[in-house]
Amino acid sequence: MSIVSRGFRGRRQPGAGLIPPGQYIVDGFPVLSAGPTPFTPLEEWDFTIVDETGAVAARWTWDEFRELPAEAPTVDIHCVTKWSKLGTRWEGVSVDTLLDGIETSAEFVIAFADGDYTTNLPLADMRDGQAWVVYGFDGEELEPEHGGPARLLVPHLYFWKSAKWVRGLRLSDDDEPGFWESLGYHNYADPWREQRYWGD
Amino acid sequence: MLWLVATVAETIAETARTTTLRLDVPVWPGHRAGQHVDVRLTAEDGYQAQRSYSIASPPGADRLELTVVRIDDGDVSPYLTTVAEVGDQFEVRGPVGGWFVWDGDDTTPVLLVGGGSGVVPLMAMMRHHTRTGSTAAMQLVYSARTLDDVIYRDELTTLADGGHRAVTLTLTREASPQWTGHCGRVDTDLLDEVGWPPPVRPRCYVCGPTPFVEAVSLALVGLGHEAARVKTERFGPTGA
Amino acid sequence: MSQAPFDGNVTAGDLADIFAFDATTAITTCATCRHTHPIATLRAYLQAPGMVLRCASCDAVQIRFVRSPARAWVDLRGIAMLEIPPSTEG
Repeated sequence: MSIVSRGFRGRRQPGAGLIPPGQYIVDGFPVLSAGPTPFTPLEEWDFTIVDETGAVAARWTWDEFRELPAEAPTVDIHCVTKWSKLGTRWEGVSVDTLLDGIETSAEFVIAFADGDYTTNLPLADMRDGQAWVVYGFDGEELEPEHGGPARLLVPHLYFWKSAKWVRGLRLSDDDEPGFWESLGYHNYADPWREQRYWGD
Repeated sequence: MLWLVATVAETIAETARTTTLRLDVPVWPGHRAGQHVDVRLTAEDGYQAQRSYSIASPPGADRLELTVVRIDDGDVSPYLTTVAEVGDQFEVRGPVGGWFVWDGDDTTPVLLVGGGSGVVPLMAMMRHHTRTGSTAAMQLVYSARTLDDVIYRDELTTLADGGHRAVTLTLTREASPQWTGHCGRVDTDLLDEVGWPPPVRPRCYVCGPTPFVEAVSLALVGLGHEAARVKTERFGPTGA
Repeated sequence: MSQAPFDGNVTAGDLADIFAFDATTAITTCATCRHTHPIATLRAYLQAPGMVLRCASCDAVQIRFVRSPARAWVDLRGIAMLEIPPSTEG
């Protein structure tokens, strides 16, 4: 049991809404990264959906992606390192829109991003208004350090699943633990059940 | 490695934004000049924050000293610099870091280059040099914004005794006409002027904000110093 | 220029829980590019769900480390070989 340091509170604010167990509201928007900020010029950027047979089921260039119908979700986000931000405003394309017209029996998705980052989710958790690929934050273009030009947004799970610099989704019959899921982080990651690590 | 309890014995305001904490740590195993400790703070509700700080005191000093620069929206430094008072306690782990150390085993000349809070581990080395009566030539090049931001200013004047230790200050934002010393960043010209030529093969230690460390090490290697003899410690984007 | 804010020096405390020797002076051979570097000079990313140390030459991941309250996990697959330094004690 660590000794308590008198008068220490850290940067936290009192919670202004309902936040998951073990979380704290913070000012600002912490930047967490496992590597250098990748840079892909927009002329070279694309977003691909690969189906469970390995075939490219859909592909958009940046210009094509920006022409897709967009939404402006306002959501609460929760990082496994314990900070939460309420009411964050984003702009982007619903994953339902991206999957529209794609025939698949896959149960799992592996989101892949620049910088060799991957994260895995059940396909059911990406449908029905639960996930977006976003390119705007707080009314501005998404900054590179926060995942721009585009990142995944899956607010009902811990935020490491909202892969920054996302470049596509690979549909799979088998679950494949991603970068953090293969090293101790919980495979599903529900913040309301505090599923941070394996065995939680 | 175990976390040890540190009790604040004294606090010293070094500059407007910098505080030295003198700590009592029972069973402190001793350390080498240049090493650091990890500091961990725990709030009453269990929230924890942890950061690393270089040890400012030399090996053998009575108390463990940490010099901390306050980062305004930081998690740990505001506590250590503005809240912690004598009698308060927190946890430390260490000493750690066997790379960026100077033991003073020989008389090889030593070039120390520090930016902002990067001067802290270099000061431990200067103090160690003084305590042991080392005859190795030691030159400290220290870059700060203004004269008021210079940490250990008076002590540096005393330590730079014109014998084996010398200090070169350069200020990047000092506007006062009273300042007659160097102005501007630590660059190749300054390092060339106050350092030693590469055939001398000095040991070089560079510490401070990451962009500072990268620019200075590039300059040293550009002057012909062997990369393997330039040891670096990056303090992050803001240097603390 | 690397964007890593820190280098391996700052990971010394955490690495002391994994290795029985002073890890920051140990020298890794990168499994990706084969360059050798002291761990102290690797690019350290700490502001992450876990600690990541990347090759100073090619940025490939060499060490990944996650600590939970109950356990810790280490992945060293990015290191082809580790040269262990002589002890500085006695």
